[in-house]
Amino acid sequence: MASNTSQVAETASAGMPQLDFSSFGNQIFWLVVTLVVIYVILTRLALPRIADVLAERRESISNDIAAAEDLKLKAVEAEEAYNKALSDARIEASNIVASAKADMKAELISAIANADVEIAEKVAEGEKIIQEIRANALESVEDVAKSTASALILALGGKGDPKSVEKAVASEMKG
Amino acid sequence: MEGDIVQMGAYIGAGLACTGMGGAAVGVGHVVGNFLSGALRNPSAAAGQTATMFIGIAFAEALGIFSFLVALLLMFAV
Amino acid sequence: MASEVNSEGTGLEFHPMDQFIVKPLFGDGPVLWYTVTNVTLWMGLSVVAVVLLLVIGTSRRAIVPSRSQSIGELAYGFVYKMVEDVAGKDAVGYFPYIMTLFMFIVCANFLGLVPMSFTTTSHIAVTAVMAMGVFLSVTLIGFFKHGFSFLSLFWISSAPLPLRPVLALIEIISYFVRPVSHSIRLAGNMMAGHAVIKVFAAFAGIAVIAPLSVLAITAIYALEILVSFIQAYVFAILTCVYLKDALHPHH
Repeated sequence: MASNTSQVAETASAGMPQLDFSSFGNQIFWLVVTLVVIYVILTRLALPRIADVLAERRESISNDIAAAEDLKLKAVEAEEAYNKALSDARIEASNIVASAKADMKAELISAIANADVEIAEKVAEGEKIIQEIRANALESVEDVAKSTASALILALGGKGDPKSVEKAVASEMKG
Repeated sequence: MEGDIVQMGAYIGAGLACTGMGGAAVGVGHVVGNFLSGALRNPSAAAGQTATMFIGIAFAEALGIFSFLVALLLMFAV
Repeated sequence: MASEVNSEGTGLEFHPMDQFIVKPLFGDGPVLWYTVTNVTLWMGLSVVAVVLLLVIGTSRRAIVPSRSQSIGELAYGFVYKMVEDVAGKDAVGYFPYIMTLFMFIVCANFLGLVPMSFTTTSHIAVTAVMAMGVFLSVTLIGFFKHGFSFLSLFWISSAPLPLRPVLALIEIISYFVRPVSHSIRLAGNMMAGHAVIKVFAAFAGIAVIAPLSVLAITAIYALEILVSFIQAYVFAILTCVYLKDALHPHH
């Protein structure tokens, strides 16, 4: 063994081991074996797997981004719907307020009109009563005048025909 | 005697061959320095050109390696 | 080996290249092409590292990844983006090929940084086979896709006509130097870093210099970690550049 090692060492020390052509065949053979093994492993196993993983990752990332985009769109839509509902409610509320106002106004107007009519009726009734009272008063004045006139005539010793007295009083009263 | 002179010549030649590596060092420094000064002026274009820089370094360095190889050959093979 | 050094009688033991010696794992004997050597062991360990990272690490297929899974996905995305950006969209079909080279070089480089380990990528035989593989396949792809119009890669139509033959010669030379520089860059970087670490380690034999050399080893080791990754990156990105030339030869 020792002799062989020293032999190897001697051949090596004679020059660079890189230029020792006796080992070239060995190195080239094992290099070709190594390269072929690595090539087969890479093409059969490693590279397709890594390409798959990378593609899968890219896909899932783009999917996630698309989903996020979707959710964002939905959020924007929801916000729009909310805003729309809000403005609708506002319009409805103002409509209700306006109609209530109009109703109230109409009621008020009709109530005022009713009240006016009632007042006018009352006034007319009152006037009628006053008229009656006035007529009654006139009649009683006539009576009083007649009786006073006949009594005066009697007291003055005259002899008065009640009918002529009445006539005279009436003409006087008219006159 | 004659072999000694040959060996002396080989060793002197090896030493001289190693000076060639200085040229390679200058070349590599020149490539990287120019790349850096260009990259500092326009940093956005630098990233795309690093590969070109390495190719330039490789070419400049190859000649230095040749001189090193000549030195080794003189030392061990001649 | 120790006896040799003693017989030489030198004080320091400098054997920076001994770590790169290819030796059989079991028993001794000549290194034949099928012998199980330390090359086999460390290449096998790099296969195990790749399997741990990319197969076991991602076995849970989680949408939210664990640490190991995210490292595997990071490596996948890194290389995929590099292929797509540098070589073009139609080069994605060659992605597993580049991923294989990249993962093997990264794992082998980092395993080489384990103390007492053997760095398979520091051997020119290994890197040259990979670089020649890239060179030949890229050239074949170019001719297969474009026929002889692939040769217009060397005929730069934007240059003035008298210059074109000269440029074509330069382009052809640089095209054929590609596999050389491609392989020697990786092997040279790995070998240089490891040899430097070994040299500094040998200096630690002198008690006075030992703390300094430990500090130096630490610094070089940090640099080597960076270099291990960058060299794998550079190898892969140059493969992409060559592939782009083959797929789109018209400037």
